[in-house]
Amino acid sequence: MNIIISNSSEKPIYEQITSQIKDYIIKGVLKEADILPSIRNLAKELKISVITTKRAYDELQKDGFITIVPGKGTYVSAQNKDLLRESRLRIVEEKLMEAVNAAKSIELSFDEILEMLKLFYEEDY
Amino acid sequence: MTPILEIKNLRKDFKGFSLKDINLSLERGFIMGFIGPNGAGKSTTIKLILNLMERDRGEINVFGKDNIKNEIEVKNKIGFVLDENHYYEEITIKEMKRIIAPFYKQWDDGVFNKYVKDFGLPIDRKIKELSKGMKMKFSLAVALSHNAELLIMDEPTSGLDPVVRSELLDILSDLMQDENKGVFFSTHITSDLDKIADYITFINNGEIVFSTTKDDILDNFGLVKGPKELIFDNNLYEFVGMRENQYGFEALVQDKEKFKKLYGNKVVIEKPTLEDIMVYYTRRDKNA
Repeated sequence: MNIIISNSSEKPIYEQITSQIKDYIIKGVLKEADILPSIRNLAKELKISVITTKRAYDELQKDGFITIVPGKGTYVSAQNKDLLRESRLRIVEEKLMEAVNAAKSIELSFDEILEMLKLFYEEDY
Repeated sequence: MTPILEIKNLRKDFKGFSLKDINLSLERGFIMGFIGPNGAGKSTTIKLILNLMERDRGEINVFGKDNIKNEIEVKNKIGFVLDENHYYEEITIKEMKRIIAPFYKQWDDGVFNKYVKDFGLPIDRKIKELSKGMKMKFSLAVALSHNAELLIMDEPTSGLDPVVRSELLDILSDLMQDENKGVFFSTHITSDLDKIADYITFINNGEIVFSTTKDDILDNFGLVKGPKELIFDNNLYEFVGMRENQYGFEALVQDKEKFKKLYGNKVVIEKPTLEDIMVYYTRRDKNA
């Protein structure tokens, strides 16, 4: 597992950690009952403060991604994959809607939007 | 849990400068950075914690115990690194160690030798022949070789090159694997703290400006850049400090979300560094 922290990013460091760990869980790289590094160990490796790491783990626990067992360790929780996918889908829908609205405001045609979308899609993969 | 270090209403008056009712508290398992410009009272506070100077009023508790009444017990568990060299210049590292070790109940030669090796300290060289970085590392080796629980450092990184500074950060984050330890250190090189400190206490002109988690500070403060017209509007909003130039202004605000709501479309709001925060607070002081 890699976790990359950017100091120049506008995104707070704890969020950079949570979103990367969430991604690993959703993609199945991290599976149920996998052990995560301890808060102090992760802080040491990433050269960030213990409080920041703790906050990231607290958020992940709150969102049901991990379970922190005091004195034992931190584990990946059982996930409802469909639910996770559903929430990701909603984000895609929102962003697309935004894009469509922006396109309409400059009177772009459906075909033009589609053409653009195709370009981006193929570029990425 | 009892804080590892707690200061309550600490006061010390000098001719022309006072430390005014300092309050701060550090829990075990965390690092607190103590920042402020030169002459703000950082070293004075640290000297008072170590009882190298007598306080006029207030309380200092280390491990939950008064630092003067329990001085010997408390100091046995403190490791310290001070800005100025406090060792005998004419003797070697090895000889100096032999003088220091008996003062500590729990001195551990094995640990000391390990640090000597890790740091590449030349034990047969005289202290006066050591570079600044080497002196700091020797101080640190001594500070870490007697099972200290609280590490107190006054400007440990000043005058050191980035390589040595980053080594110090490695050592500190290693140390923090033990959740029983605490680190309190003063510095004006805030980029070091930007990385690993859990708490930041900012002192200016003998007074604590704030003492809180670093995340809290970096989440809330904002560095705003915008057109000059907005300055006249600033009776609506208070800047911590502001710098004006011919083509606009740059200012520090304490609540960037609130500011974003009011003027978000007219300005650029960036994440400030601790250094920015220190500079703007100090400037405000001068303008007042």
